[in-house]
This record gives sequence, structure tokens and C-alpha cells, in this order.
Amino acid sequence: MPPTVTETPTAAPMSDDKKWKMIDARIRRRGNSPDALIEVLHAVQEAFGYLEPDVLEYVGNALGVPLSRVYGVATFYSLFMLKPQGAHTVVVCTGTACYINHASALLGRIHERLGIKPGETTEDRNVSLLNARCLGACSLAPAVVIDGSVHGRCTPETVDLLLEELRA
Amino acid sequence: MTDVKDREQDLDRPEAQPEAGGPRACAHVCEAAGCMSLNADQVFEALRERATERGLADTAVKRVGCLRLCVAGPVVEIPERGLLFEAVDPSSPESIDSVINALQGSEGGRSTADDPFFARQVRIVLANSGVIDPEDIDDYVAHGGYEALTQTVTSKKPEEILEEVVRSGLRGRGGAGYPTGLKWRTVAKSSGAEGKYVICNADEGDPGAFMDRSVLESVPQQVLEGMAIAAYAVGASQGYIYVRAEYPLAVKRLRLAIRQAERSGLLGANIAETAFGFHVDIRIGAGAFVCGEETALIASIEGRRGTPRPRPPFPAQSGLWARPTLINNVETLASIPSIVRNGGDWYRAIGTEKSPGTKVFALAGRVVNTGLIEVPMGVKLRDIVFDIGGGIIGGAKFKAVQTGGPSGGCIPADDLDMPVDYESLAQAGSIMGSGGMIVMDETSCMVDVAKYFMDFCKDESCGKCVPCRVGTVQLHGLLDKITRGEGEPGDLDTLERLAVMVKSTSLCGLGQSAPNPVFSTLRYFRDEYVSHIEDRVCPAGVCPMTSSVAS
Repeated sequence: MPPTVTETPTAAPMSDDKKWKMIDARIRRRGNSPDALIEVLHAVQEAFGYLEPDVLEYVGNALGVPLSRVYGVATFYSLFMLKPQGAHTVVVCTGTACYINHASALLGRIHERLGIKPGETTEDRNVSLLNARCLGACSLAPAVVIDGSVHGRCTPETVDLLLEELRA
Repeated sequence: MTDVKDREQDLDRPEAQPEAGGPRACAHVCEAAGCMSLNADQVFEALRERATERGLADTAVKRVGCLRLCVAGPVVEIPERGLLFEAVDPSSPESIDSVINALQGSEGGRSTADDPFFARQVRIVLANSGVIDPEDIDDYVAHGGYEALTQTVTSKKPEEILEEVVRSGLRGRGGAGYPTGLKWRTVAKSSGAEGKYVICNADEGDPGAFMDRSVLESVPQQVLEGMAIAAYAVGASQGYIYVRAEYPLAVKRLRLAIRQAERSGLLGANIAETAFGFHVDIRIGAGAFVCGEETALIASIEGRRGTPRPRPPFPAQSGLWARPTLINNVETLASIPSIVRNGGDWYRAIGTEKSPGTKVFALAGRVVNTGLIEVPMGVKLRDIVFDIGGGIIGGAKFKAVQTGGPSGGCIPADDLDMPVDYESLAQAGSIMGSGGMIVMDETSCMVDVAKYFMDFCKDESCGKCVPCRVGTVQLHGLLDKITRGEGEPGDLDTLERLAVMVKSTSLCGLGQSAPNPVFSTLRYFRDEYVSHIEDRVCPAGVCPMTSSVAS
């Protein structure tokens, strides 16, 4: 556990030692400095997949940042997730090149198939759908990223196949 | 994916012996993000394996940065023979063999020598992109890298560097085009008893723009060198690169580049064994477009919500932690080493009088050759679209080029002969912007495009000032209404009035420029708006027009 700047550090839910070690290391490396907040939130999300309220409180205490500000930052930046995500993440790029190459048809097909819109997760927690404001893969437009791997020049039909793979 | 540790060990190897009998042909495998997502790393492995089988040296196949013709990925080039291989398939022995055969003298691939996509480009920023291994500092040094920095810190005064940059006429490549030399002078003059900072703005947020990503992935050391020269000129000893989280490969290569430069004594304390020291740290964004605005970016580095603040004071006087701060875009900084090496006059002679030098554009949309291009300022838009870009896909009819992303505008066919420079684009109602260029054909509805960008700005508005927070929502609502076929006669007037209000009263560049796509589409494509409202018809057939009476 890193030294915390408040006198009553919140007890950390030590569910996963390794994850916490990683987060604590990140906090320590930046000397518990308040300006490390975004970097530490990145570390938390890397470890847990989203930002749990308990963790936000822990991070705030460790960095000497009021919870209100931690929450403010966590909700300001669109990459930070406050809810648990699905087992798979599907990102549809809606940058300009993808947009004019019919990215919305891909979103439409996913909605048809899974009943979710960007920002939502299927009820069985299998798939989370997000849209990205340009991945810089404009030559592959329209692009879809599934669990980190980019699929270029997608059509509603290729989306069907990709979604099928996630079911397996 | 390349193992970072392996590459670090490479640093310690003895210097490669020059090949006897002159340079041998070498296959360059593009490993920038576009090709990487098409399994370029497997192409590299397959080529190297086959090369070994054929008795070729390991040096016959090399990983490089962006080869620019992204549409043809994964791309392999044999520069000595002027050949390019498109869509190389790692699982196809024929595809792999065609490259290996060409290394050994056979014909194959596509000639780059007379291809306008390659022949019409002038490469300064991208001179080493696709040439050097982006993960190997030695390769950068072997191609003249860090010469400018070493020269700067060992034999030049900061004032000489400032003078050279002013003389070059370089203007900020992030979009606004502010003279870089003037900015540097202001920071240099500001008193910085407690330190100054240099920030590289790599928060490339415009949708449809990927120049900075490619530069960072292809020549990360060049950006670091530019930053270090800037730091020397303005008197800073700490730098930050603020890069989008959406660019993991760029982040990885930057991290590696910083470590390698530090170990080579080209970053950190006592650069090139002088008293000058400069440290660089990376800060990763978290998905907020507004952080490309300099005061918002500073807030984000300080760990706060990325909301802008009024200027003055400008960051040059009071920036990061209230200290004088120089903020330059990736491409601006990447232009610096060659300016220092060749002199400001050399740079000034390229491009136009008011917009010297070259500009990197990300060419995308409905054009044949999508990818990265670097051209001298002043080149005609027509040449970019039809010559370099190879025209419209399927020979369809050109409709517009969108430049400057959500802050820019759409330029119609009538203006295709316009030279591309800061002033001409502004006159045409668009902006240079960071360099995204989206070509549109008749399948795009311009009202829908305006709505698309307004949707973007409404989502990305930070919410601090009312005109932007509320205005963008209202503007989007009006555009949405028109695209649903529910527009009314007075709507265009309301749209224009509201757009003027948002433009003139918003706090920062995001809000001030958010109405630009509306202005430019109204200016050039007003008839499309009128069709939507009066005839309830979307001429391009894109808009839903749910309440349409016509079929």
C-alpha cells in the first residue's frame, strides 16, 4: 500500500492483489501527485476494466484529490467507463471517412442483431458496443475494432460474421 | 508485434558493417497502424523466413514506418528498384515470392517512379518515413538524425535557432497557422526562473486526420529531436507529449524512442555532452476532442477536466503550472530538424510566400489513392484529388473536399483550381486545419455532412460556455429536423443567425469554429438545403426524410 496523504485512508477492496500492486506502483511513481489523476485512472481501468466507485475513492485519497473532482474527471473523458463492460468490445469507427462510407449501416445492423446502441452492453454482458471518433484508419473505412483488432472495409454482412464469432 | 525488449538489446549490438559492393535491394515492410491492422507483422515474418530460405541476408527485409499508400496495405516497397507491392498476403507463397523474386532482380509489383501518387510528393517531414526502422535510433542517426540537435547544442546560440525558425516562415501545422518563430520568441522572452515547458500536441482529434499518428509511428525520434531543439531555443528543460489514447502503437514507439534517445545521450541530462538537458514525458489523453485546444490540453496534463480558459494570458507567458509553455503540433516539431540542418532560407523557398514549406495531408473518403501525402504548399486542390489521389472511386462525380475536420468546411468543384495554402482555404470558407482531407462524391448529402459535424461538436463541447454547449445542440436539432424532411421556410435564417452567434461568442476554438461546416455547406450547397425543406427531397438519397410525401 502506498502512503496516502489523508490520515484515514480508505480500505482498499483487495480483491486482486496483483491489480492493486500495479495501480499502487503507478501512484507511487508519480509521487502521489494530484496531477497524476488521469494516468492513475487509466491504470485502474486497465486493471479492472472500468472505474468502480470504491476505487475512485481510494485513488482520490491516495492523490489528495477530493472525490468530487475524481468523479468530475472520470465522467468528463469519454474513454473512462463507470460501468462494467461486456466480455467483448465492439467499436464502430464513426470518423468522417467511415461515416461517408456508411458506418451507420453497421451500427444499424448491430442494433438489429444485439439490440444495443453505442455505449450499451448486452444483457448477458457478452458484448459492449462503442463508437469511436476516428481511429485514424481512414483507408480501411468503414472500420470496426473487435477486442482490439481492426477489421477494415466492413459491410453489414461482414459484421454478421464477426458477431457470430463472438457468440461462439 | 515487435517485442520492445528485443529491440532494446539491438541497441547494444556492434555497428552493422557496410555491405560490400554497394547497397543491396531491401524490402521495406510498412508497419504503421493501417498496415499493422492488416497483419503487416506477419508479412514481415513471412518475407524474412523466405529470404533466409533463399540465402538472402537478414538485412534484405526491414520494418519501416508509413509507406503512405494506405489503401493498398499491407504494403511492401523495394526503394532501390522503385517497386511497390500492394496487399501482400502473408499466407500466400506466391505473394511473398513475388517480393523475394523482385529482391533478386525479377520484375513485379507497381513502379513508383512515374506514379503521380509518389512522384508529385515532396517529402521533408516524411523524408524518413518508410525508410528507417521507427524502433531503431541507430537507423535514424544513420540517416542524418540528431545531427541538427547536436549541432544546435554544441555550436549555436538559442538566438541563432530562433532566427533560423523565424526566417523559415514555418507556420503552426496544428491548424491555426500561427508563425512558429514568433511563438518561440515569445516563450524565449518570457521569464522562466522556475522553468519553462515544451509540449508536443499529439491529440489529433479531427475525424479523418491521421497525419500525426503516422509521423509518430514512423519517425518518433524526429519529433523528439524537434522538441529538444525547441527546448534549447526557448530555455526549457522539461517536455511533454500529449498523445491520444486511441493511438497505442504511436505511444509504444514514442516510449521506446525516448528510452533509446536517453541511452544515447540525446535526451535527458547533458545532451551531446553539453550542459543542456531536456527530459520528455508522455501524457495520454482519455478521449476528449477539446483537449487539442491548448489551454484545455494544459488542464488535462495537470490532471483536471480538459476545459479551456480565456486567453490572454497565452500559454507562452503562463501555461503549464502557470509557467511559460511552448505548445507545438507534431508536424511543426517534425519540420524543425530539417530547417535547422538546411537553414531557414532553404525552407522558405519551398511552398508559397505566405505559407512556406510542405504540408502533410491525410487523403481519405471517396478517392482512389487514400493515404498520406506530403506536398508543397500552394499545390492545386485538383492536383491532390485527381492526380495524386487518382480521382474518384469508380469514376463517380466529384462533389466536395472537406478540409479542417469539424472546424473546417467543404470546398466545391468550382474551387478545385485553388492553391492549397492558409489564406486561400480561409477565403473559400474552410481552413487548412491539421490536414485531414475527405473527398466526397455524389453519394454524400451536404446537409447530412453538416449534421454529422455538428453532432460531433455537440458531443465534444466541454460544456463550459453557454453558446457552444447550448448552441451546438440547437444547431444540430435544426439540421436534424431538416434531414428528417420537417424543415420549414424560416429554418435556414434561424440556422444562419444561430451559427453566427455561436461563432462570435464561444470561448474557444471548438465553439468558434463549430458552425464552419454549416456556413460552407450553406454557401456552396444551399440548393440541397432548399430541396430538403421545400421539396422534401434529399438529392443524394442519404437522409431518411421520414415525413417525405414524395417517394
